[in-house]
Amino acid sequence: MMIQKLKNKITGNSFLLMITILLFAAMYIAGVFIFADKNFGKMQVFLNLFISNAGLIVAAVGMTMVLITGGIDISIGSVIGMTCMLLAWMMEKKSIGAVPAIAIVLLVGIVFGFAQGFLVAYLKIQPFIVTLAGMFFARGMTAIISSEMISIQNPTFLAMANAKLYLPFGGAVNKKGVMIYPYIYPSVIIALIVLAILFVVLKYTKLGRAIYAVGGNEQSALLMGLNVRRTKMKVYVINGFLAALAGFVFALNSCGGFVEQARGFEMEAIASAVIGGTLLTGGVGNVIGSLFGVLIKGTIETFITFQGTLSSWWTRIVIASLLCFFIVLQSIFAAIKLRRAK
Amino acid sequence: MRKIVSLLLGVALAAGMMTGCGSAAPASSAAPASSDSNAPAAPAASAAEEKGTIVVGYAQVGAESDWRTANTKSFQTTFVPENGYTLIFDDAQQKQENQIKAIRNFIAQEVDYIVLAPVVETGWETVLGEAKAAGIPVILSDRMIDVSDDTLYTCWVGGNFIKEGEDGVKWLNDYLKAQGRDNEDINVVMLQGTIGASAEIGRTEGVEKMLKENPHYKLLEKQTGEFTQTKGQEVMESFLKAYDDIDVVIAQNDNMAFGAIDAIKAVGKVPGKDVIIVSFDAVHAAFESMIAGDMNVSVECNPLHGPRVAEIIQKLEKGEAVEKIQYVDEKVYDQTNAEKELPNRLY
Repeated sequence: MMIQKLKNKITGNSFLLMITILLFAAMYIAGVFIFADKNFGKMQVFLNLFISNAGLIVAAVGMTMVLITGGIDISIGSVIGMTCMLLAWMMEKKSIGAVPAIAIVLLVGIVFGFAQGFLVAYLKIQPFIVTLAGMFFARGMTAIISSEMISIQNPTFLAMANAKLYLPFGGAVNKKGVMIYPYIYPSVIIALIVLAILFVVLKYTKLGRAIYAVGGNEQSALLMGLNVRRTKMKVYVINGFLAALAGFVFALNSCGGFVEQARGFEMEAIASAVIGGTLLTGGVGNVIGSLFGVLIKGTIETFITFQGTLSSWWTRIVIASLLCFFIVLQSIFAAIKLRRAK
Repeated sequence: MRKIVSLLLGVALAAGMMTGCGSAAPASSAAPASSDSNAPAAPAASAAEEKGTIVVGYAQVGAESDWRTANTKSFQTTFVPENGYTLIFDDAQQKQENQIKAIRNFIAQEVDYIVLAPVVETGWETVLGEAKAAGIPVILSDRMIDVSDDTLYTCWVGGNFIKEGEDGVKWLNDYLKAQGRDNEDINVVMLQGTIGASAEIGRTEGVEKMLKENPHYKLLEKQTGEFTQTKGQEVMESFLKAYDDIDVVIAQNDNMAFGAIDAIKAVGKVPGKDVIIVSFDAVHAAFESMIAGDMNVSVECNPLHGPRVAEIIQKLEKGEAVEKIQYVDEKVYDQTNAEKELPNRLY
């Protein structure tokens, strides 16, 4: 019976996912028509969505996993800020090599996730409160490490950040007469690998099924003999790691640390997950949906820069309407399912 | 309003497509072509289709202050289709990540020039490298960036903070001479901006250099008021407690000067007479303060970078070389010319 219930949830999830993907496709095609004179249809515009949002993809994927358990992690924006600062500080002020510095920040992320996970899973404190404290702590630590901004000059790191990977096709000569092939950065590869791994873990592993079960109904999960506490613990540890990884990816794009870095990033990750069909009540969600949530946000931003005269604050307003749209859709969907269950 | 409608139409179209209503596509994609802007300062989006205009993408910091707004307006009124330009404006909401995204989009839509007023100094190597690879010149406005390769930008346009500092003390020299106090010993205190900000570094350097040239000046103390009115007032209060014979206050921006004026009034002294107030920025409220007789002088920090950037672009269009560092003209305003100048102030 539990399995039947799970199946229902997953089918429902794929319906919401379909809507998100269709919405993205429709918006993008509309953009190609509206801005036909401004090269919106170019391959690079599409790739830029990934390049500019690689960090957000990683963060949103982690966030989705936490939201599926019925939890939340609002500390990730600060953790990303702290990661950038820590990377910059270690490489520039302490002359630690790029590779050990990256290893250290990822470890810090894991420890951070472990602490938060322990408080949530074993001491049963509200995840919102735990991660709120985590958010303040990480932002505070960022300022303690250095209140001045630090620019990353480490040659190894910069080589990683600036390593363009050109696609072998789709090149075009621009107005200045320069031949440019479409390119991506290593950060995009990292984001897509994280996405693929999390997709497989959530869909095909025991841990993945446990995550959905815990979020769907903690009581039944417990009765089924699942170790709820350990599952939650694992989720927060993985998310801590992913937040640090998102920070590293973010640093590849911004090559520096400063206190205000990535402020409010957690909210963008949550919004992307919700647009992607994840329910804040837990049990329902899909990382592919979150990817499209991120891409939709990126497309709106691209619309606004291509339009050229609109205030960039319209991004927020459109996102807000989309959020409302999806929340209403989800609740209608839930109501239908409830009636069917009766 | 139409522009907003066209954007919302895009979303509506998306919703339309979802329900299988594909025929909505041509109708809404035609909408922006017919839309005309009803904000005269902003060029219409459709102007980009006109052949021959120079397309300039401006990645602005945000709209955090009057100075910034005046800076934005300066670009919006300079780069208009009548002058042969199309401006693509992006407000980064104080976030560097937004500016990086905007520049990528500028490159993708093949603008002719990119103007960047960076939110922060660091982290520009990657995206400016992309602009360079695409052959698009980048002109920096207002703030400098910290990159190892200075060919990543064509030039920088902004205020000369050191000269502003010097001009402030030069004015003080002239003023004291006119008052017949040029042989008196003058006690000076200084309210610095946020330590490390380029405006603070430059103004402190300029002021201190000029103060040292005249042995009559004695700099009693300098302390940061972090560019805010409240902090400026606090620091001035402590200065007034520590020294009872302050002749001159040099405040590195107008907001701190307003705070200092309140502190001076609170101890029963007359600002502008008992204590001479030298300030910087010359914002609108500073002119009102000078007309009221509280503030003595404010050295301008000119936000009107648009015309200078246009000049540079014209030179680059002709294939001429341009100077790497370009200062905008900045004037000194005091009580004698404040009233006359006030109606011309845009910020």
